[in-house]
Amino acid sequence: MAFFKGACRKKNCWNQSVPQHQCPQMTIALAGNPNTGKSTVFNALTGLRQHTGNWPGKTVQRAEGSFYYKNKHFTLVDLPGTYSLFANSVDEQVARDYICFTRPDATVIVTDATCLERNLNLVLQVMEITPRVVVCVNLMDEAERKYIRVDVDLLSSELGVPVIATAARSGRSLDKLIDAIDRVASGRIKITPRLVTYDSEIEYLVQRIELKISPLIPAGLNPRWVALRLIDGDRGIIDSLQIYLDDDKKGSPQWGEEKILCTR
Amino acid sequence: MNIETLTLAQLPVGRSGRIDTLLARGMTRRRLLDLGLVPGTEVKTIRSSPSGDPTAYKIRGTVIALREEVAREVLIRMEIYSAKGV
Repeated sequence: MAFFKGACRKKNCWNQSVPQHQCPQMTIALAGNPNTGKSTVFNALTGLRQHTGNWPGKTVQRAEGSFYYKNKHFTLVDLPGTYSLFANSVDEQVARDYICFTRPDATVIVTDATCLERNLNLVLQVMEITPRVVVCVNLMDEAERKYIRVDVDLLSSELGVPVIATAARSGRSLDKLIDAIDRVASGRIKITPRLVTYDSEIEYLVQRIELKISPLIPAGLNPRWVALRLIDGDRGIIDSLQIYLDDDKKGSPQWGEEKILCTR
Repeated sequence: MNIETLTLAQLPVGRSGRIDTLLARGMTRRRLLDLGLVPGTEVKTIRSSPSGDPTAYKIRGTVIALREEVAREVLIRMEIYSAKGV
C-alpha cells in the first residue's frame, strides 16, 4: 500500500533518475472475462483515467498506459474482456491476437473472486499459449461481502503460476501484483504451469504435428498451441496466423489501436 | 421424485436443472462450453424477453441470454416432484 500511495499514483515518477530509454522495456497484457475489473486494475497501475464502467463490452479496443517499477518501464495493455480465446466477436479477437501473436513479456489475467470457476477457463487457455502468466483474483472486497474465501496459495500451486488476490477499487494488494508481474516478466521466477492433457488420441496427433510445424513457425510462438488449433480447424486463428507470419517476414506487425500516451 | 430429460428451451421460468448433454457442434458448442455450459452445471431460467426469445439463464453466477435455437441444443435433467411424492 505504502508503495502505491507514495509513488505509483503519481504516474511515472518511479525512479526518474534513470532516463526512460535506458530502462529495460516490458510489455504486459491485461486479460480477463468481461466485467472483472481489468480497467480498474489498469487505471490503478498506470494512474490513468481510462473509462471504467460496470457493463460488459466496455473496452472494445485496447488501450495502453505505462509505469515504472524497479528501474523498468512497463507498458500495460488493457484488452477487451473475453470468456475464451476462441474468438466469436471482434473484441475477443483483439484480445486473442494480442496474447497469441504480440507475445507480451507477461500476461495478467484478472479474474472475479465471486465466480472464480467461470474465469478459470480463460486462465487455462492463456496458460496453454504462454507460461508467463500472473493470475489476479480481483474483487476480493465483493467476495468477502458474500462470505467467499479464496485459497490463493492452493490455487497457485494447482495452476503452477503466481496468484495474487486484490481489490483494485481500493488499491489493496496491488503492490504485490506489480511485484509478481515484475518477477514473471523478467523471468526471475521459474513457472511451470499445469497444462491440460487431452485424450491419448489427441496427444498423439499433437506430438506428430508439433514435430512438423516447429521449424516453420517463429520462435516464441508455442508449437503445441498451434498444433492444437490446427486440429481444432478454427479458421479464425489460422487466418490470424497467416497474417502474422506474413507480417513477420515484412517486419513489425501492424496494429490499428488507440494509443494513450502517458509518458511526458 | 423422478428425473426428466428436456431441452434447455423447455425449462420453465423459475425452474432449474443440470446440463446433461450438448447437442450443438462446432463453434456453437465451443461457445457454450466457454460460457460455462458444461455437463453437470446447474442452470436456472430467469426470464424470457417480451417476444419470448431470447431467454435469460443463470449459469455459474452470471446471467446469460441464449436464443431458442441454441437453447434447444442443450439437454438438461430436471427433477419432477409428483403430487404423491411430496
